[in-house]
Amino acid sequence: MLVTKLKDKDTVASLICGKAFIINCHGCKEVGFPERDAAEFQRELESDGKVSGILTMDYICNPENIALNLSLRKDEIDEADCVLVFSCGVGVQTVSSLLEDKRVYAACDTYAVPGGQGVTPLEFDCRQCGECYLNLTGGICPLTACSKGLVNGQCGGAKDGRCEVDPDMECGWERIQRRLAMVGRLDVLRSPVQIRNYDNEVNAAE
Amino acid sequence: MKITDRFSKGEFVVTAEVGPPKGFHVDELVSEAKEYLSDIAAVNVTDNQSSVMRLSSLGFCKALKDAGLNPIFQLTCRDRNRMALESDLLAAALFGIDNVLCLTGDHTKLGDHPGAKPVFDLDSVSLLHTVCELEKGRDLGGNELVGEPPVFAKGAVVSPCSDSVDAQLAKMERKIMAGAEFFQTQAVFDPERFISFMERAKQFNVPVQVGVIIPKNVGMVRYMSQNVAGIVVPDSVIDELKADKEKTKAGITGVEIAARIIRECRPYCQGVHIMALGWEAKVPEILKLAGI
Ligand code: SF4
Ligand code: SF4
Repeated sequence: MLVTKLKDKDTVASLICGKAFIINCHGCKEVGFPERDAAEFQRELESDGKVSGILTMDYICNPENIALNLSLRKDEIDEADCVLVFSCGVGVQTVSSLLEDKRVYAACDTYAVPGGQGVTPLEFDCRQCGECYLNLTGGICPLTACSKGLVNGQCGGAKDGRCEVDPDMECGWERIQRRLAMVGRLDVLRSPVQIRNYDNEVNAAE
Repeated sequence: MKITDRFSKGEFVVTAEVGPPKGFHVDELVSEAKEYLSDIAAVNVTDNQSSVMRLSSLGFCKALKDAGLNPIFQLTCRDRNRMALESDLLAAALFGIDNVLCLTGDHTKLGDHPGAKPVFDLDSVSLLHTVCELEKGRDLGGNELVGEPPVFAKGAVVSPCSDSVDAQLAKMERKIMAGAEFFQTQAVFDPERFISFMERAKQFNVPVQVGVIIPKNVGMVRYMSQNVAGIVVPDSVIDELKADKEKTKAGITGVEIAARIIRECRPYCQGVHIMALGWEAKVPEILKLAGI
């Protein structure tokens, strides 16, 4: 079971330069989703003319499913300068990986609730850290894509783009750097020093 | 003495590095350091380097300090959470150790305790920030320290020959933002590469010491080139080591190569950091040959 909570509205709204395409995941019922708050926030954004379209569906972490839906809404996505995803960290990462040249942002933080994980499968992992970093890392989770879970950039251990811990794995921060360059957001690398708050990680024992 | 004072005087600052032993008998290492490293600005003490457990960096720094040397306390985030890091920094201040080099640290899986828990509660950037907080008289929890706050010369590392040079520069900038006042680099064997890195790094206006490892033999440099992140050894260096086996064995070729790298890089940086890896006795000779 995990819970998502809305991030600070002003911070999220400030990420939108023109219009956002919004994706809501009401997927697995083991995710506690702040539906009412999200709907209210989205109505505010719409009345400010900041929304190009809204897609609400189940299991956006299922790549085939979401890929099909994204292709159906291509025009609205093209009209937007970014995609704002209201889901757990896995959902955001899935969308992000399918829209490589688009800025994809997380609107929620994902927390763990004792008693196990959601059914989310697959390629992307979310550790439910409670302070989602995806908006600072080009939609690539620094906690699960980097062997040391670094939140302030690459360590000195990458060789030929591979991680020092596991040469079969591409260095997560190499991917983050590339992605940020691709979406023109290298400026976030100058954001303030990040310090993890383990108090947010309810299931702190790993 | 804070090493930053040397940079502000415009000196070309020389440091070297020693690794504490796996044990607590340090007399021999200390007297070697005294003999060969007394004339340089400071001596780094590594912190469980390569994730191999050894005597603590802080403990060995104290031993060097007592012997009249100026230690640089290397501190990694692999083995300690933020509280342990902060209390070790305070202990360093107690001992009068006022140079600290903040590193993330290698992963535990690479060393001799692969089953140990990798901590990484902080990283090099947030550790630098933590040092600055202590200097302001408060800890990372926002609580006040008792008495005069500590003051450190805060250093960090960067890997100029890394194939991820953009990511390295971005990290370097974050380290400076977090409080880094000087940099030591991963070992350079190819001055060209270092010089083009410095072309990009000089905008930050922070002193950089070029890192130099004395090449001991062909096997060593081949191994490093293939396996150690950020180290690239050009074929010309390998050929040079191959050319005269006796000369290489005697360490003469290695000393010549190291001195040449220093000479070529010197106009582009503010100092040199020599990682002798057991060949500390050759440091004075290298410096002489490099014209320092
Ligand atoms: S940063 Fe990673 S672990 Fe944290 S909420 Fe986002 S996806 Fe999950
Ligand atoms: S090499 Fe890259 S992925 Fe591996 S620990 Fe370092 S920054 Fe993280």
